[in-house]
Amino acid sequence: MPEGRSTERWGSRIGVILAVAGSAVGLGNFLRFPGQAAQNGGGAFMLPYFISLLVLGIPLCWAEWTMGRYGGLRGFNSAPGIYATIWRNPISKYFGSIALLLPLVIYMYYVLIEAWCLGYAVNYLTGDLMIGSGGTVDTLIETAHAEAAKTGTSLTDAEAASAGFGQFFGNFVGANQDGFALGGKNAPWLLVLAATFVFNFILIYRGVNKGIEMFCRFAMPAMAVLAIIVLIRVLTLGTPDPARPELSVVNGLGYMWNPDAKALWNPQTWLAASGQIFFSLSVGFGIIINYASYLREKDDVVLSGLTSSSMNEFFEVCLGGLITLPAAFIFVLGTLSPEAREGIVQSGFSLGFKALPHVFANMWGGQLFGFLWFFMLFIAAITSSVSMLQPVIAFFEEGFGLKRHSAAALLGLISALGTGFVLYFSKDLIALDTFDFWVGTFLIFVLAMFQALLYGWALGIKRGEEAAHQGAHIRIPRFVQYMLKYVVPVYLIAIFVAFCWQNLPDRMEQIANDSVAVASMLFILTVLAFLLLLIHIAGRRWKAEGRLDEGGPRP
Amino acid sequence: MNPAGWAVMIVSVSSVLALVTYCVVKVLSLPPVEMEDLHGPLDIDTRDTKDAD
Repeated sequence: MPEGRSTERWGSRIGVILAVAGSAVGLGNFLRFPGQAAQNGGGAFMLPYFISLLVLGIPLCWAEWTMGRYGGLRGFNSAPGIYATIWRNPISKYFGSIALLLPLVIYMYYVLIEAWCLGYAVNYLTGDLMIGSGGTVDTLIETAHAEAAKTGTSLTDAEAASAGFGQFFGNFVGANQDGFALGGKNAPWLLVLAATFVFNFILIYRGVNKGIEMFCRFAMPAMAVLAIIVLIRVLTLGTPDPARPELSVVNGLGYMWNPDAKALWNPQTWLAASGQIFFSLSVGFGIIINYASYLREKDDVVLSGLTSSSMNEFFEVCLGGLITLPAAFIFVLGTLSPEAREGIVQSGFSLGFKALPHVFANMWGGQLFGFLWFFMLFIAAITSSVSMLQPVIAFFEEGFGLKRHSAAALLGLISALGTGFVLYFSKDLIALDTFDFWVGTFLIFVLAMFQALLYGWALGIKRGEEAAHQGAHIRIPRFVQYMLKYVVPVYLIAIFVAFCWQNLPDRMEQIANDSVAVASMLFILTVLAFLLLLIHIAGRRWKAEGRLDEGGPRP
Repeated sequence: MNPAGWAVMIVSVSSVLALVTYCVVKVLSLPPVEMEDLHGPLDIDTRDTKDAD
């Protein structure tokens, strides 16, 4: 076997499904989805949401699974090689740079958010996040009261608690100043981050089967159990304060699910629903295509793709849709004006790290349920982050013949640089936000459009249908192939144009005025240039070995 | 929560539950992949047969 050709394979059918579902299920299922629904027509949001799932999400998943396995059977596990086998054009492999940049850069900041979840879980164990425990939050709430008194105003207990939890989050992530993490008193937080970072690399070092698959087989059921425990607690909250009967769990569910039919006539609702499906299923991240490349010829991709998508929907609709907003409504959102409520709901960070701790602080057994919730989010995040490392490891291995430990060490160095960058430039989370917008949002659209065109027009729907049905246990209806060729690219382009129209002017202004945003963009472009150079070198190597020849070598 | 809200919630949650149940039951009822890949004795390379003759 030539050097750099991977021998890794998934151990079982359910293992790969859980790994792909684990990659898709993340914080967005629990924090972003409920916020998007509540802001865009409540229950009415579900109609465009399910249409987008059927027209955009599941077909694109099937396309990615099919192309990944197609490339894997021809000896490639990384996007540059897989693209080159599908589209026999010298430039095709360079598009793979986006599929490597995306998971790599997203990992750089996602591991930080993951560590926040673990850090919050630890703070629940120590009681620091509980009101009345004499911990950090109590001190911050007293400070909020004292600051208000200095200005001759007074705060209600709820307002002071909101300010206290907001300040706790700001201090925790260093949103008040750059370089906060380098201060000596933040050593425990740095240890949590280092442990999270190292844990990801231990999993990835152990490989696809013994690392990722083994962990997801345990983590996905554990995550479901933890989320169901919290769900039962939320649904049995009833009306905690009999003096405020409007603050009940039923009204909390109503805030999330009552449909506003007028929203269906608003294009923003359709754009938000499509975007949510798109990001939630992790299509266009460069991860599914890599995971599917480790499948064998006889393995199924159609049922597996549908199952992993449906598992993601279970976590999003059945758990995220029933837990987050009803709980937040009873203790926080229901007491606020509609404007203030919208301000919290539209930011996943505000909802997850400021409002929900306030909820747990007021809930019976909140310390335990707060710990379970944030530990569950940590598991959800780690099953996603570990999937972000594998595509780049695969490229280092097959592009340069590196052994796994060398590839993991090189990737660890690069990703630590990026995480260090985001960690240092923490003021107002501008570096994280810039990475998230340009890579974690903008480039995902670009890659998904490229992959849709690659499947529909380069691989071709006839070859694609044949490749998808090799070993398949269910069949994809024929019209889905035509949708993938004609409807999905047009749909994606329409969403992308609307997205750019809405967001780019503000983002360009931010780059013009903010030096950290500029530095973040330069960092992203430097990593992209580095990856393009590596792909160029790897491409020459593959060509010299004859691996890119028509009908090239098969494993 | 109004009746329309209840209806949307029940239809959405039950649709997703039905889909995930169908998929998981179907996947788990298939024969394990490992069974298809069991190697017979002649397939196993013991690495000591190169100079057997």
